[in-house]
Amino acid sequence: MTWLALSWEYVLELTRDHLLLSVPAVLLSVLIAVPIGRLANRRRVLGGLVTGAATLMYAIPALPLLIIIPAVFGFPLRSSATVVTALTVYGVALLVRTAADAFGSVDAEVRDAALAVGHSPRSVFWHVDLPLAIPVLLSGTRVVAVSTVSLVTIGALIGVPGLGSLLTDGFQRGITEEVAVGVVATIVVALVLDGLLLAAGRALTPWARTPRRSAKTAGGAR
Amino acid sequence: MIEFESVSKTYPDGTVAVEEFSLVVPSHRSVVLVGSSGSGKSTLLQMVNRMVEPTGGRVAIDGEDVAGRDAVGLRRSIGYVLQHGGLLPHRTVLDNIATVPVLNGTRRRRARTEAAGLLERVGLDPSLGRRYPSQLSGGQQQRVGVARALASDPNILLMDEPFGAVDPIVRRELQDELARLQADLGKTIIFVTHDVDEALRLGDEVVVLRRHGVIAQRGTPAEILASPADDFVRDFVGADREERRLTVRKVDGRDVAVDGTGRPVGVLHP
Repeated sequence: MTWLALSWEYVLELTRDHLLLSVPAVLLSVLIAVPIGRLANRRRVLGGLVTGAATLMYAIPALPLLIIIPAVFGFPLRSSATVVTALTVYGVALLVRTAADAFGSVDAEVRDAALAVGHSPRSVFWHVDLPLAIPVLLSGTRVVAVSTVSLVTIGALIGVPGLGSLLTDGFQRGITEEVAVGVVATIVVALVLDGLLLAAGRALTPWARTPRRSAKTAGGAR
Repeated sequence: MIEFESVSKTYPDGTVAVEEFSLVVPSHRSVVLVGSSGSGKSTLLQMVNRMVEPTGGRVAIDGEDVAGRDAVGLRRSIGYVLQHGGLLPHRTVLDNIATVPVLNGTRRRRARTEAAGLLERVGLDPSLGRRYPSQLSGGQQQRVGVARALASDPNILLMDEPFGAVDPIVRRELQDELARLQADLGKTIIFVTHDVDEALRLGDEVVVLRRHGVIAQRGTPAEILASPADDFVRDFVGADREERRLTVRKVDGRDVAVDGTGRPVGVLHP
């Protein structure tokens, strides 16, 4: 544990950098994938094309992507913007199909009923579709969060610091402990984010964790 | 007053749901549309709140064509009760009842207080207000659906097979409850059902529909039972069923009504 004892401040700093790269990428992925998923759910043909194309983006190898993005968006190569954009591309690719399924999981009868009692179409989206899509959206987001945290390590390949720096540095200098710390820290960050998302999901969907009715305790109708 | 003026509905694929249907539903009366599936009864109901647009003719409320009204505003001015309650699963019972007042800008706190009052009005314990719909029985959900429809005190109630999905005993309770409410409130009600007994029990007037919304007969429940217009109506209302064929038999000096199987069903009071 000598390396960690000497370098724990460095590890903390890299953990912070790691979070500053992965959290914005996850948020952006959700913000971009949810509207696309909604569109895909409403328009089948267009939706099939869009989700198909989005899923293909996941097949782009990481290194070329890290080089294409600065060229397309005009970011400097070694910038966190490049890494966040690349991770967002992968995040969106992972999440679009789940987002479409999330809106597909909303009971059409409930939507119609909401319209029939006087919700406007916009209000149906915000007050019915979106909240009822949360459980499926959230399970997709958890996959994206874990995957993003582990993918952030590739940022180190182009010199953007994160926990991946421990892996590249450890390999080059032959410090096994540094590599091990990098791997463990990455897993811990992923687990913590996943736990936070799980907790947020439970807080956002109180109706989903109420016990089902049992005929004997429910009483009340006279 | 709700007027259907020779309305038709043909879907783009050529399916005919309703053909040239005309009916006047007077204010403060309950009219039951009864028919089997394919009679277009639900389609007719949904034309009133513009969930379905007629392809011919017009529907007017108090003389004003609904096609000229803003659909969202129109729907908020009409109480609507659906077969499976149509409650929002992610909202508590109180918030479900308060839906339309809140959409209309009533403060949530006040709307919830009023919703609690409505809960009692439809025969439910106010403690159920904080539960979610999935925690209620089918019959309780239907009562909440009725409370929601009444929340903005609309003049018109549309009821689309509201008690179709609950068991017969609960259905009977709900029917009695609705009859009691209607005696108090005097709404203009259009009620759709495939259950003739329900139609006879709840309608001031009953409209028996054939396929495509063709009226086979309309009249008070007694008129329909007394003189079915033709074999279709006779068959549909079960005029020849044993329990509808009552005869009177003298027992110990009293007149006992007996059905077609000889089973006594009640005693006549002079």
